[in-house]
Amino acid sequence: MRAEQIQTLSILAPDGSVVNEEAMPKLSDEQLRELMRKMVFTRVWDQRAISLNRQGRLGFYAPVAGQEASMIGSQSALVKEDFILPSYRDIPQIVWHGLPLYQAFLYSRGHQHGGQIPEGVNVLMPQIIIGAQIIQCAGVAMGFKKRNKKNVAITYIGDGGTSQGDFYEGLNYAGAFQLPAIFVVQNNRYAISTPIEKQTKSRTLADKAVAAGIVGVQVDGMDILAVYKAVSEAAERGRNGEGPTLIEALTYRFGPHTMAGDDPTRYRTTEEATEWEQKDPLTRFRKFLEKKGLWTEADENRVIEEAKAAVAEAIKQADETAKMTVPQLIDTMFETTPAHLEEQKAEFLAKEGK
Amino acid sequence: MAQMTMIQAITDAMRVELERDPNVLLFGEDVGLNGGVFRATDGLQKQFGEDRVFDTPLAESGIGGLAVGLALQGYRPIAEIQFFGFVFEVFDSVAAQAARMRYRSGGRYSSPITFRSPFGGGVKTPELHADSLEGLMLQTPGVKVVIPSNPYDAKGLLISAIRDNDPVIFLEHMKLYRSFRGEVPEGDYSIPLGKANVVREGSDVTIITYGAMVHTSLKAAEEIEKARGAKVEVIDLRTISPLDIDTIIASVEKTNRAIVVQEAQKTSGVAAEVIAQINERAILSLEAPVLRVTSPDTVFPFAQIEDEWLPNPARVIDALNKVLDF
Repeated sequence: MRAEQIQTLSILAPDGSVVNEEAMPKLSDEQLRELMRKMVFTRVWDQRAISLNRQGRLGFYAPVAGQEASMIGSQSALVKEDFILPSYRDIPQIVWHGLPLYQAFLYSRGHQHGGQIPEGVNVLMPQIIIGAQIIQCAGVAMGFKKRNKKNVAITYIGDGGTSQGDFYEGLNYAGAFQLPAIFVVQNNRYAISTPIEKQTKSRTLADKAVAAGIVGVQVDGMDILAVYKAVSEAAERGRNGEGPTLIEALTYRFGPHTMAGDDPTRYRTTEEATEWEQKDPLTRFRKFLEKKGLWTEADENRVIEEAKAAVAEAIKQADETAKMTVPQLIDTMFETTPAHLEEQKAEFLAKEGK
Repeated sequence: MAQMTMIQAITDAMRVELERDPNVLLFGEDVGLNGGVFRATDGLQKQFGEDRVFDTPLAESGIGGLAVGLALQGYRPIAEIQFFGFVFEVFDSVAAQAARMRYRSGGRYSSPITFRSPFGGGVKTPELHADSLEGLMLQTPGVKVVIPSNPYDAKGLLISAIRDNDPVIFLEHMKLYRSFRGEVPEGDYSIPLGKANVVREGSDVTIITYGAMVHTSLKAAEEIEKARGAKVEVIDLRTISPLDIDTIIASVEKTNRAIVVQEAQKTSGVAAEVIAQINERAILSLEAPVLRVTSPDTVFPFAQIEDEWLPNPARVIDALNKVLDF
């Protein structure tokens, strides 16, 4: 019954024309250009990250091409004081929220400094346990509510993650306590090789909000303005004490699940991939901006060069970061290192002294 | 000084901390108006309000996530897991999230959370209420594990646990909740985590134990002294992670003989770790192998056969005789 009611919020058609003027978010020309800059930058960085991974200069990496609108549209609707709990794919959001790019690269390589989020940057390290970020998001949001702060906590999960118990628990806790939380499901139709149809009989993932009694909306996740609008409204509800929102963003990843040997041609057809590539969030938004005279090839090229330079600089900075040592790792286990760990630290220090 | 049961001492500790630090929050299933299924939180919601002491939906994993998230916002959660047999539902939050927060973030974030939970046999609970699962926590880097055996320790250790800036698992033995009263100072005092207590001095053999087995061991020690004059030293570990290795080794070096008594199954709990530590550090002091008195390696028993399954003074005396006569 509910599935009939869900309408996908959409503002831009794939050709860049406006199909829903009423829903158009109020953004200045400069803000619109900034959204495009972030998307182009992220696309370039994703391409570079894939090739750096192939060269062995990055480690764990989950490609993001195709999901720029859902990632950047949502992050851009936040203020600096809002808190982001990302999953392992949601690196762009935390970088645009303030995590230096070289630290994201260190995270990819498996270096502790990658997780040392700078003070004042309100994000958590990427979550590997699918669903854990959802229940933690309820806790962060409760903290905002208790401190009477007009901020929201936002978290991200994929379509597969909606099958986890923690996904439901997080939504339900946030509903029961009326917390300022935003749960974004980036439905890219596949959890590694498993299609969404094998996760659930539910016709939309936004419908899962019904079980928690919270607001659920579905949005065209390839349309940055629609994502921005949906998240802005959810944030507004959260800031006004009207509780959490579940947002399902319909999107697609153009690349593999991760760079650890996943081959999407085993489980996706070329036709399907091509069909989605025609919905490319960058193409559509570029057309929209070009029509308004807000974007030129020169702008695009400038951002591409800017991104390439930033990636090169970040990799250099990552390369220059001091190697980790076991004694340093031991020192970060507890505030006060207990005796048995001091003993183990001394053993490693003695070895390093040789 | 007041005479208190262990559960009253636990309530008192939480009252002291709720009063002292506005960031202390207390939540779990039925801990609010109801005052907890064991009355551990009795009167606290009334005194401190629903904003500080509150009920949650029935979902342990959610409780754990709530605690981790609130800690990220500068709160100091005391999260109750109604029975520790239910820890499996929240194991990720405890062992993979809270335990690793400081390390994963290189010290940027931490999890100053106290997970309180009752456990322990001898009171004929239904399934999965009484299991001794502390061994799982002992094998989890990043958490401390505290198990008090009396009202005085319970209060002082719980205050330390709440003040600790890293996650502490505070396990409360159900059989000890109301079985006896003890002197407990009013107001604020604390007992350092990671420090064992020599509860009975002796020179012939050491018993290393914790929880309800402290009392079983003390009974056995008295009886064997009467029976054959053996002087038994009993160490109450109080904190099982980190272990107070110095106190254990000093005692073994003095007595040259030791046994470990735990309620957990033989291949669970802390006995194997204690024995390995003694082996590494005091082998030359040993006159006999270090034996274990434990429950058998089965699933926790059906209520009607608990008394046979759980270690008792007779089984402890057996082991003491074995090491004394080795």
